[in-house]
Amino acid sequence: MRVDEKTLAEDIVRMSGTNVKKCMKCGKCSATCPSFEDMDVHPHSFVTMAEEGDVAGLLKSKSLWKCLSCFACVERCPRGVEPAHLIEAVRFFALSPQGLNKMKPDVVPIFLQNLEEKGAEVPQQLLTSAFRKYSK
Amino acid sequence: MEFSYFPGCTLKTKARDLDETARLAAEALGVTLRELPEWQCCGAVYPMSREEIAVRLSSVRALMAARDEGRPLLTLCSACHHVMKRVNHDMQTDEGLRTKANNYLQPDKPYAGETRVVHYLEMLRDEVGFGEVARKVTSPFKGVKIAAYYGCMLLRPSAVMRFDNPENPSVMEDFISAIGAAPVRFPYRNECCGGYVALDDRGAARKASRRVTRAAAQHGAEALITACPLCLYNLKENGGGEVPVHYFTEFLAAALGLKTLEGGLARAS
Ligand code: SF4
Ligand code: SF4
Repeated sequence: MRVDEKTLAEDIVRMSGTNVKKCMKCGKCSATCPSFEDMDVHPHSFVTMAEEGDVAGLLKSKSLWKCLSCFACVERCPRGVEPAHLIEAVRFFALSPQGLNKMKPDVVPIFLQNLEEKGAEVPQQLLTSAFRKYSK
Repeated sequence: MEFSYFPGCTLKTKARDLDETARLAAEALGVTLRELPEWQCCGAVYPMSREEIAVRLSSVRALMAARDEGRPLLTLCSACHHVMKRVNHDMQTDEGLRTKANNYLQPDKPYAGETRVVHYLEMLRDEVGFGEVARKVTSPFKGVKIAAYYGCMLLRPSAVMRFDNPENPSVMEDFISAIGAAPVRFPYRNECCGGYVALDDRGAARKASRRVTRAAAQHGAEALITACPLCLYNLKENGGGEVPVHYFTEFLAAALGLKTLEGGLARAS
C-alpha cells in the first residue's frame, strides 16, 4: 500500500463518518442488499477493504453504481457500521476529480424523449437524485 | 390543526395528483396546510457525507421558516420527508454541521432543529386519527385489495426516521382499513424499487421493481399505493404493469367523496 493510498483511505472513512473497526464480519449487510448479485465488491467487503486501506479496489468497483442507497444495510447491521455511508464516500472520491462525473446533463433530453414518447411521466425527483449521486 | 407545508418540486410538476388530492383531503379532515411562502428543492437524496454542507442548506431554510411560523412542518413526498427529517436530526445532534450551517445562513436566531417534521401519514395516524378518517369516509373501497408499498425512505434508518416499525410497519395498512378496503401484506413492501438507478441502469430498476410488483400480485393485490413519485414511476414503468399504482392520497380523496380515482377501480359497494 502506498502512503498516499493510506491517507486517501483515512479520508474516505472520515468523510463517511463510519467506524469500520466495529464490523464483526457477519455479512448481514451483503445478505440484505438488493443489488448483491450485480456487485463486484459487496457491502461487507467495502468495510473490510476500507479498514485495510485498499482504496484502489474500491474506487474502481462497479458497486458504486449499483448501490441504490436503500439503507437496508444501515438498518440491519447489528453493529451500526452504516456500509452505505462508506460507499457514498467512495463514490464522492471517485467522482470528484475534474472530468470524472458519471452523468452529464446532455443525457437528459435523450432519456426524457425516449420515455416520454411512450407516455411515461418522468418525475423531477429522478433527475435530481441521479445527478446528486452521479456528479459532483 | 395547522401545518407549514413543504410540497417539493415533483409535487408541483409530474406529481400534481399527489399534491392536489392531499390538499383536498386535508381540508375535508379539518387540517390546514400552509405552503411555505418560499422554498427550494430539498435535493431529493440525503447527503450521507457529513462534510457536504451546501446541499443541506435548502432544507435548513425550510425547517427554519416553519419554526419562525410557529408550526410543525408537513411533508408528503417520501424523499422530501427523508431529507428534511435527517437534516433536522443533523441540526439537533451534529455540532460541527450546525455551526457551519448557521455561519453560512446567518439567521437572526440560529437554528438547532427545533421544528417537528411530520409526514402526511403520521398526521393522519397521530393527529387526525384513523378512526376519524373512517368516520368521514363516504365512498368506502369495500372489499378492494390494496397493497401498501413503503419503500425505503420513510422507514430507514429507523433510529432517525421514527416513522413506524422498520421491518413490520402498519401505518399504511391501517390507512387502507380506514378507507374501507382490505390491506394486503406482502414481502418486499419495504424493499427498494430501484430508485435513482432508473436513469442510468434501467435493467437494475426493472429487476428491483418487478420483485415488488410480482410479490404484490402473487398476494392478490388489485392496487399498490405509495407516497413517493419515484416509487410510483418505477413500479409503473419498470414494474411490468401487473398491478395499477396510485398515490395513497388519490384513494383518500376518492374515499372522502372529493375526487374520483383516475383510472378507476371497481368498488364492491
Ligand atoms: S444502501 Fe446500497 S449497499 Fe446498502 S443495502 Fe442498499 S443497495 Fe446495498
Ligand atoms: S452487517 Fe455490519 S457488522 Fe455485519 S459485515 Fe456488514 S458492516 Fe460488518
